Amino acid sequence: MRLSSLVLPALMLMASTSAQADAPKPVLPEPLGERCVEPTEVMRARHWEFILHQRDETVHRGIRTTKHSLKNCLECHVRANEAGEYPRASSPEHYCSACHIYAGVRIDCFECHADRPHAAYDALEHHGRLRTEDVKRPEEPQP
Amino acid sequence: MNFDPQRREFLKGATAVSTMTLAPGVMLYARAPDEPVTGAVRWGMLIDTRLCQEDCHACVDACNTEHNLQDLGRPETDAQWIRKLNVRDPLTERSVSMPMMCQHCEHPPCEDVCPTGASFRRADGIVLVDKHTCIGCRYCMMACPYKARSFIHENLDEQLPHAPRGKGCVESCTLCVHRQDDNDHTTACADACQSDGHKANLFGDLNDSNSEISQRIREFGATQFRADLRLNTGVRYQGLF
Repeated sequence: MRLSSLVLPALMLMASTSAQADAPKPVLPEPLGERCVEPTEVMRARHWEFILHQRDETVHRGIRTTKHSLKNCLECHVRANEAGEYPRASSPEHYCSACHIYAGVRIDCFECHADRPHAAYDALEHHGRLRTEDVKRPEEPQP
Repeated sequence: MNFDPQRREFLKGATAVSTMTLAPGVMLYARAPDEPVTGAVRWGMLIDTRLCQEDCHACVDACNTEHNLQDLGRPETDAQWIRKLNVRDPLTERSVSMPMMCQHCEHPPCEDVCPTGASFRRADGIVLVDKHTCIGCRYCMMACPYKARSFIHENLDEQLPHAPRGKGCVESCTLCVHRQDDNDHTTACADACQSDGHKANLFGDLNDSNSEISQRIREFGATQFRADLRLNTGVRYQGLF
C-alpha cells in the first residue's frame, strides 16, 4: 500500500513528462528583427498586457510609440511566404494564430485590426471603396 | 494616401520642441510620438458653401478610400463618414451644397449618452469612438443631431492598418486622426477638395490665431450648424443662409 502510494504518482509524473515531450509544438515563423522589444519569456507571459496598455494610450492620448504597438508586432512577426503572400489571421501560418490556435485561445484583435504588416498594403494599388462584387465575405465562425 | 515620407521624417526630427517656426509669424504644431495630445490645438474644419458644388463628391470618395469604407450595395446600412447635403431656403430660394460629417463638438451629445465611455472627445478636439469599449448600443447615433455616425452590421475584411473598423461598433469621422498623430496636419477630404474639388474645405487649428482657418473665420465669419444647440462645433460653415 505504502509502496504503491509512492510509485503511482511517480509513474504518472513520468507519463506526463513524456507526453509533454511528444506533444506537437506550434510552428512559429522566424521573425524579421534580431530581437524582440522584450525578452521572449516576458513576451510569452505578458504580451497581452503590453498591447492592452498601449491601445488605451493610443486611442485616448494619441501616443503612437511603436515599442508595444500591435502594428509593430506584425511588422516583424508576420512574414511573406516565397510567393510574396502574407498569411491572414485565419491561417495557422500567421504568427499570432499559430500559437493561439494551438492554445485554443480565440482572439478578436483581427476582426477590426489589419493582420499584416504595412508592406502588404503598400503593394495594393487600390485600397479604396471596393466594388460590391470584389468584397469577399468572411465566413461566420461555426459554434 | 498621398503622404510625403520625407516631409514626415523632417517633422519627426523636429519634434524635440512642440512647435517650430517655419517663417516669421507661422508656427507649425508638431508632437513627438510619446507626447500625449493636449488642448493647445483644436482641430477644426471650415466649409465654404459658396464654393462647394452639388455634383462634386471628391471629399466623400477620398474619405471612403482613406479608410476603406466598402460599398456593400446596401445604402441604408453602408458606413458613411461624410455625406453631401443639398439644402434650400424656401423663402429666399437660396440653395447650398455642403458636406456633413461629425462636427467634433466641444460638448458632444454622443459622449453624454454613451453608457461605456466609448464615445469621447480627445484633448485636441477630435471626437472618437473607442471601439474596444463600444458595445454597439447606438445611443450615440440617436443623440447626434448631425446623423454623423454609422453602425457596422457585418463582418469586415481588408481593413487598413491605420483605420481599424469592425462589426458591432459605431464609427464616424476621425478628422483623419492617424494623420494628425503623424504630424501630417491634413485630412483626406480637405486634400481632395483642394486638389480635385472646388477648394471649399479647409482643415486647421482653430486655437492658432495665425492659422489660415482662424484668419478666414476672423475675416469673413462662419456659422455652426444648429448653433442653437450650443455644442461649439469644430466644423464651421460659411455662406449658409
